[in-house]
Formats: sequence, structure tokens, C-alpha cells
Amino acid sequence: MNQPTTQPRRVVADKVTMAHGGGGKAMRDLIEDVFTSVFCPPGMEDQARLMDPAIVVPGAKLAFTTDSFVVSPMEFPGGDIGKIAVCGTVNDLAVGGAKPLWLSAAFIIEEGVEISTLRRIAASMQSAADIAGVKIVTGDTKVVGKGSGDGVFITTSGVGVIDPSRDMLAENVQPGDVAIVNGVLGDHGAAILAARGDMALKTEIPSDCQSLNHLIEALLTAVPETRVARDATRGGLASALNEIADAAGVGIEIGEDVLPLRTEVKGVCEILGLDPLYLANEGTLVVFVPEDQADAAISAMKSVEAGLGAVVIGKATTKHPKTVVMRTLFGGLRIVDMLVGEQLPRIC
Amino acid sequence: MNYTDEFRDPVAAKGVLAAIENVVTELGATKEKPVHIMEVCGGHTHAIFRYGLDKLTPPGLEFIHGPGCPVCVLPMSRVDECVEIAEDPKVIFTTFGDAMRVPGTKKSLIQAKADGADIRMVYSPLDALELARRNPDREVVFFGLGFETTTPSTALTILQADADELTNFSIFCNHITVPPPIKALLDDPHMILDGFVGPGHVSMVIGTEPYEFIARDYGKPIVVAGFEPLDLLQSVLMVLEQIRDGRAEVENQYSRIVPNEGNPVSIAACEKVYQPRPTFEWRGLGEIDASGLRIRDRYRAYDAEVKFDIGYGRNNVFTAEQEGCACGDVMTGRIKPRACPQFGTGCTPEMPLGALMVSSEGACAAYYQYGGLDLEPAE
Amino acid sequence: MCLGIPGKITEISDPTRKLAMVDISGVQREVNIACIVGDEPLEALIGTWSLIHVGFAMSKIDEKEAALTLDVLRQLGEAQEEIEAMRASEEMLRATS
Repeated sequence: MNQPTTQPRRVVADKVTMAHGGGGKAMRDLIEDVFTSVFCPPGMEDQARLMDPAIVVPGAKLAFTTDSFVVSPMEFPGGDIGKIAVCGTVNDLAVGGAKPLWLSAAFIIEEGVEISTLRRIAASMQSAADIAGVKIVTGDTKVVGKGSGDGVFITTSGVGVIDPSRDMLAENVQPGDVAIVNGVLGDHGAAILAARGDMALKTEIPSDCQSLNHLIEALLTAVPETRVARDATRGGLASALNEIADAAGVGIEIGEDVLPLRTEVKGVCEILGLDPLYLANEGTLVVFVPEDQADAAISAMKSVEAGLGAVVIGKATTKHPKTVVMRTLFGGLRIVDMLVGEQLPRIC
Repeated sequence: MNYTDEFRDPVAAKGVLAAIENVVTELGATKEKPVHIMEVCGGHTHAIFRYGLDKLTPPGLEFIHGPGCPVCVLPMSRVDECVEIAEDPKVIFTTFGDAMRVPGTKKSLIQAKADGADIRMVYSPLDALELARRNPDREVVFFGLGFETTTPSTALTILQADADELTNFSIFCNHITVPPPIKALLDDPHMILDGFVGPGHVSMVIGTEPYEFIARDYGKPIVVAGFEPLDLLQSVLMVLEQIRDGRAEVENQYSRIVPNEGNPVSIAACEKVYQPRPTFEWRGLGEIDASGLRIRDRYRAYDAEVKFDIGYGRNNVFTAEQEGCACGDVMTGRIKPRACPQFGTGCTPEMPLGALMVSSEGACAAYYQYGGLDLEPAE
Repeated sequence: MCLGIPGKITEISDPTRKLAMVDISGVQREVNIACIVGDEPLEALIGTWSLIHVGFAMSKIDEKEAALTLDVLRQLGEAQEEIEAMRASEEMLRATS
């Protein structure tokens, strides 16, 4: 990339065309006007050159993650693809105990997307980055022909630093440990379903999309013995719990009566015959802490906005190892399995 | 009242469960010699497992899971025909979600969609109608499957299409009715059923009279049940009490939604739009007389079987069951899902051999998903 | 063919095509009300509850019947609570005698 000139470059078109991916002036203008003027990356070389004191602490580890985002529709109540792209990668770093530092953002844009949409997405990403306290330091832009994409696809990679004192792993979970979530389940999945419009459901459920690193920081400060944190993204809470149960070789029991759910999400699930345990979340996590630290954990989580809805939902057990089980409203026990394929609305 | 939460009250449940326990004891039924009650409807099967009712009721009560899952009894040749229609580039093929994963002989609808067919999931046939209005240059086909709960909605949609004089909308009609397979089960000499929990939402359409033959001709009690856990438990209690008292009657537990005479508008619409087929093919049960519906000639303009020259009436292609598939035995209650040699090995939700593992109401999927295992509570 | 859920009719959106807006736990959806329309004017249905299935209101919920059913259930529940209470007090007496 060239050094920015004194005159800020402006895109002239109002829609993205193949020219904007050509590597020439049109592309340069697009990148500067829409992305780099918003993200303000340090220096404009092809690579970002970065330093943070935490990296050189003896025993510190780098955390590195990547994720691609293809959500449709791109904009929905509570967020947009840009916000998820930032929060999703920040959260992937944070649940590993890392302090998220820097993100890259690669865009694959379908010909015909409106420039104004890109501006909104970029603004949303910068806003999410500011809240999380991370910087978007490098990126890439490609344009594909109409029909070869679906609006905008975003891939974010993230780098963070794990302090030597941190060691969160699913394997750490032991029988007796308590499972806590930070808020209501399934909002994102329900919001997207409703926003897609196929089911003609009118509801204002907003996605729960938010960054969770400050929450995890507060938790780890108060409860350094926190065993593991997992964000319940695709496949919902059920998938996150199954992964933990499997890795740790423990059973997990949760209570249906304590699962926090928005009334409207319950409504969507009832209408379509879906199970909220499998709906995606983009700002909800589950943590396991030692039993005697449960109260301290809840207090710490509630001290941060993302944790106001913190509640104990279950615990790890020696029974039925590697299986997640739910105590129904009736006291009966039933298995909560991994999701197979996609959850499809039922008629029956 | 929201008519849902009240019927999920755990305190009341304890009372009903205790009463059930008492009657089962009075009947002298044990795990080795249980009372067999069939819940006909797939939605009931699902509810039983979702709430763990099979584990809360005493071992002397055994649920036999009936064939009331329209996705499960869909023959593979019907799926093949859906795929054939969907692969026509002019067609937008619309269907309920649960039909998407049922395997055909070559592929399921979800696989056909991956291969490029325009297949869309809808919540209601009215949404398919709207698609037809918005896409006048495409042919919209709606896959009409389901028992009598759903036949009126398809019929009313056809009547609306007719009133609107749409020319690009049709129904691939695979609707079936409940009483004939129950009769087929009762006629089976190996049948071991003591009573029935009847399909609540089918009954809100057809009323309770169509089940009289079960009590009158076969001497078995049947209680029409709602779908909340308390509805199911109360219905089971009512069946058990009939068995204990030596009665055989049709009772209506779901009276808040099921009128004994059914719904006149629904019944009239169905009469107008459909006529019974002499026979229809059921997966796992073979051909059953007068158990399927086809669209009357008056509405042939909305009949996909006519438009595409396809369907049960046209090409009677019977697909043999996959080698080793025991769906038929499980569905008629002859064996439990776990007794099927393929259960969990050759047949799983990821790679289903038969429809009972694909549909979430299928007994096998329910067992697999919710666990027929003995689960111990955490310490 | 069973997935039906109670919903409350909130407005008549298209009287000619017999369509109404229904509210289910805060989620709205337009449904066809042909099955539940009787002699009374359509507006009379506003505020009433019906069983909603695949975009159709299929049957009105009879509040009286619902209350009756719940009564029976509650009595069974209360009877059970009484039995349990009696059992608990009996055991206590036995333990202290």
C-alpha cells in the first residue's frame, strides 16, 4: 500500500464493481476511504509491525485465532456482520484467557454491494473494536463477480497474549465444578431466523452480539481458578457443553428451570419447534468454576455489563461421563446431544 | 393464562404421576409384564422424551410409539418424486423443514438443494402461495404432507389460489389420515396394545367420532390428548383407569381445543378439495386402504401430480426398504428402537438408514437424542 | 402433525382474505382465521386465543374447558401434596415415638 496522501481518497461509485478489486486506483480509493480511514492501522506496510509489553513477559504465550463470517442477512437487529466479525474473534481469544490485542480483517465483497453498506459495516467494526479495546491493524479486500459470493464475507484473525498465570482448558473441569452463563440464551439465532424473513415472524429480538473480554478479565481477576470459558456460538450452549464434557471426560447436568431465556425466543422456538439450547449466541458464554467460588464468580461477572444476567445453570458430575444431561421442568432427566446437521423447524 | 405454562406445572405433575403409579399397581403391571399404551402421534413421542415422561412413569407402563409421524411414513419413492420436481429449473419447491433430510433412493431434498435445486423451507403453505404471487414466471410447488392436522391448511390454500386464479402454484399432495393405520395395527394378530393416547391436533379437525371403532369393535380405550406434559400424563391416567375399570371408550382430555364434533370449516374445506385414494403406500406398513388423499379433478390446476405427471397414482414405484432397515417393526411397536440391529451403528442421525432416525419425532431419533438410557442424577 | 401453539389474536389484518395478526409470547405472525370464524363479526375475535398451526388458527381455545382441566390437575397435585405431608408427619411421629 502507498503512503496516504494529504488529500483523503474518496470512492466515487455507490456500488462495488470488479474494478474495485483490480489492484488499481479504484481499489486503493475503496480501501482508504472505506476501511483504513476508519480503522487507522499503524503504518501502511503490507504487514503490521506490533509490540506490546505483555508479549515479552517470561512464560507468556501468544494466542492466535481466525474465523470467517458469512451471516445473512448482513444487518439485523442488534448488529451486523462487521460487529460479529470483531466480537467473535475477540471472544475466541478471550475464552482462552488471552488479552486480545490486534485483529486483521479480510473482506470478500460481491460485485454490486452498496458502498454505504460497507461504510456501515466498517463503522460498526471500529466501534466494536473500541469497546473491546483492540485495534484492526491489517486487512485485505477482494471483489468477486455477482453470484460468486453473498454480499460480504469477512475473515478476522486475532492475536492476543496469555499471561503465564492463566491456564484455561476444558480438561481442567472436575466433577463438582459449577457452570455459569452470563445471560439469556439463543438471542442471536432467533434474531437471524426472524430477520431472514422466511418464516414471516415479526419480532424485535436483538442479537446478543458483544465482546466478552472485559467480562472474562473481571472473572479471572476475582476467580483465578476458573477452569474454562467457552462462547456458545454455532450449535448453541448444547455444543459448547458437549465439547467440554468430552474433553474433560466428565458428565454435565443442567437444569431446564434455571436456563435464562427471553420470552420472545421461547415463542420463536415454540412456533417453529426449535430447541433454544442449539440456537447460536454471539455474546454469551459458559464458564466452569470450582463450587466454592461460584458466588465470587457471579459477583465478578455482574460487575460488568456483559455479565449482568450471570446465573448458575448446572454442574459437572461423575455420572454419565462425556454426556450432557438436562433435568427437565418435571425432574426427569434427558440427554442434550450434539447438534446433527442444521436444526430444522418442525411441523410436528 | 397463556395455556402453555399452566400445563407444565411440576407440582400438578407429581399428583398425576402418583395417581398413575397407584393404578399401575392396582393393575398388577410390572416391568416384565407391563401395560402397553400406544401414543399414535409423533408429536406425542417427541414430548414424552423431551420431558422425560417415560422415565417418570412406573416401569409397569410401557409406551409403544405409533406411526403418527408423517415424515417417518413417507416412502422413499415420494422423496425421489419431490427431488424430480424440484430439479426442474422452473420450479421453486417449497416444503416444511422436517421433510428436508429424509433420504430418497438417491438423495434427500437437502442434498438436492446443495446440488442446485431451488428448494425453500416454509412455515406455512400460505407462504408458498405468496412466493407464487411474487414470482409469476416460476412454478411454485408446495409439498403437502401430514395428517389431518395439516390437510385443512393445504385445502384452504388451494381454495385461496383458486379464488386468486393463480396459474403457477400447485400442491404435491401426500396427505394421509390417522384412523386407517390404527385399524391396520389393531388387525395385526401380534398386536399387544392395551390402550391408545390419541392425536390431539388431528382431533381438533376431525373430532372424536372417527375413533369410535377402536372402542366399539376392538374394545380398546382411547383418550385424545393435548401436547403439554400434564396433558399427556392426565391422558395416560385416564387410559389406565379405563383399563382398570374394564371400560373401552373414546374420551377427550384435550377438550379446551378439541370440540367433539371437530372443526366444521376444516372438514368442509377438505371435503371440497380432496377425495380419498383407494390405497396409499406407507413406509414400513405397506399399502393401506383409503388412507391417502388426492386432489379432486375440480382443482386439478393445483395438483402437481397432474402438472408434472408424477406421484403415487401415476407411477406406482415401490422402493424396497434398505437392507437391514427395521423401521416398519419399530413403527408398529413390534420392537423397540434399541432392538434394531442398526440402531446407533449403521443408522444414526448423521447417516440415517430409515426415516425414524431422520425426523425428530421418529422414535429412533428421540431415543438417540434424548436417551432411552438410565440416567443418574448428579451428586 | 402436531406442532400447534396457543396464540392471541391482536388485530384483523385482512378481513376479505380472513387474515389476522396473532401474538405468541411477544412474536407476531399473520395467520389465516377461516377455521375459527363463526357468525360473529371478525373484530369479536380480537383478544381471543386459538391454536396456531402452520399459519392457520385452527381452533378456538375454550377458556372454561381449560379451567376445568386445570382444576382436575391441580386437585390431583394438591391431593398428592396432602398425601406427602401426611406421610412426612407420620414418619416424624414414628421417629419420635
